[in-house]
Amino acid sequence: MLDVPTWEGHLAGQHVDVRLTAEDGYQAQRSYSIASAPQDRSVTLTVDRLDDGEVSPYLVDVLQPGDALELRGPIGRYFVWEESLGGPLALIAGGSGVVPFRSMLRHHAAIGSAVPVRLLYSARSLPEVIFHEELVRLGAREAVDVRVALSRAWPDDWNGHRGRIDREYLREAAWPASSGPLVYVCGPTSFVEAVADALIDLGHDTDRIRTERFGATGSGLPAPSASQGGT
Amino acid sequence: MTSASRGFFGRRRPSVDPARLPPGQYWTDDFPVLSAGPTPRTPIEDWSFTVRGGAAGTVTWTWEELGTLPTETFTVDIHCVTKWSKLDTTWTAISLDVLLERAAAEDAFVTAWSDGGYTTNVPLEDLIGGRAWLALAYDGEPLEPEHGGPARLLIPHLYFWKSAKWVRGLELRTDDEPGFWEGYGYHNYGDPWREQRYAGD
Amino acid sequence: MEALDGNAIAGQLMEVFGGEMTTVTGRCAGCRRTWQMAELEVHTHAPGTVGRCRDCGVVLMVLVTARGVTCVHLPGLVDLGMPTAP
Repeated sequence: MLDVPTWEGHLAGQHVDVRLTAEDGYQAQRSYSIASAPQDRSVTLTVDRLDDGEVSPYLVDVLQPGDALELRGPIGRYFVWEESLGGPLALIAGGSGVVPFRSMLRHHAAIGSAVPVRLLYSARSLPEVIFHEELVRLGAREAVDVRVALSRAWPDDWNGHRGRIDREYLREAAWPASSGPLVYVCGPTSFVEAVADALIDLGHDTDRIRTERFGATGSGLPAPSASQGGT
Repeated sequence: MTSASRGFFGRRRPSVDPARLPPGQYWTDDFPVLSAGPTPRTPIEDWSFTVRGGAAGTVTWTWEELGTLPTETFTVDIHCVTKWSKLDTTWTAISLDVLLERAAAEDAFVTAWSDGGYTTNVPLEDLIGGRAWLALAYDGEPLEPEHGGPARLLIPHLYFWKSAKWVRGLELRTDDEPGFWEGYGYHNYGDPWREQRYAGD
Repeated sequence: MEALDGNAIAGQLMEVFGGEMTTVTGRCAGCRRTWQMAELEVHTHAPGTVGRCRDCGVVLMVLVTARGVTCVHLPGLVDLGMPTAP
């Protein structure tokens, strides 16, 4: 959680750039989605710690409450949802791609929106599901349907989807193309491209599909900017 | 000026002989993958290497024909303009002396071109005299597509963008035509020891 | 390295252009398709940042930062459309 003195507010789905500077001037920069809703009191980033990462281990292991952090943002007007955009809304997440959707669902709840929304969230296994309890709670609202799919391992009594979010599952679980849903897809590049291709194949309107990709390695959530040496 | 982030050191470790790092470079242990486009995957039976513009006309080698040429295995340091340097990298490669001699190269400038449309320009004199190669293997293994396989240029005395990945040929020219990055503001020559990163350096 | 999309360089574009750029539209000079900047195929692990047409692969945009100045090249992008106040 961050206390940003000059924060002018954000839209659900936006991200920030975080820049770290070493004593010798070396810099590294990554983008992280904002997990909090515009109505929340503080700005929350969710950082997936990558063992071979350069920035995320610092943010998770080293950064202490009270430390300063250099931020740029909020950024991005493309991958955002506001109620005026309507629905029905399909949010399709791979792994930590769920973070901007947590912001959208909290926003949806905070404004008491009646726009029908369905979250399809693919994680490898139950322990890797981020915000699970909260998502279940948000999914209990009448307009909201939250479905978690586990692609690699699942408990014996798992009654959600088992396996990848593929064309067949999208046909069954995403809104039918004929209902003209607004679809957001966020995750690693390979996930986003597989889902987007399947949606187009199912007849979804490309103009109603919005995508955000992030690198599968060496970066945070989502989308690393080019990391550069000190300038 | 940005203040330092408490406790942040980056991934780099200053554990190498600084004399081996050109100015402004940071040592890295891994092998970052840089690319201006998607990784091309040309089937090896459709792949060939061409040198055109020499006195011998256009000379083309198939993958099979390249395999009959002599290779060298050696260890060099490489320096990327994005500020990482990797030391002691081992390559198996065909000297460009062999290929350029076969093509009877005479003109002063060379443009290398690659699958995917990438180009880079190098003076001919930098490609001869045992300083430049067509690399086929890295660390004893065939060159992976992400590192430029099946074959890439290797010109370790220049910044690594000159060592074109997925290279398919060399064009000998009388004039010096800027390649992809050279045309977008990077240095025309790119000597890391003189820190020639950008045009005007 | 897998390609990303224009969302990944939204911050850099904002810094260069002084405003939000992901919803700005542009047409590919190669295949004539219109894209929002967020939709471009973007390669950030390179000496500069390269944005390509997701359909035909033409290089639409190249950003190179030298000595603190970012130079924007638009070799294949035409008919830029800036959305008026959101």
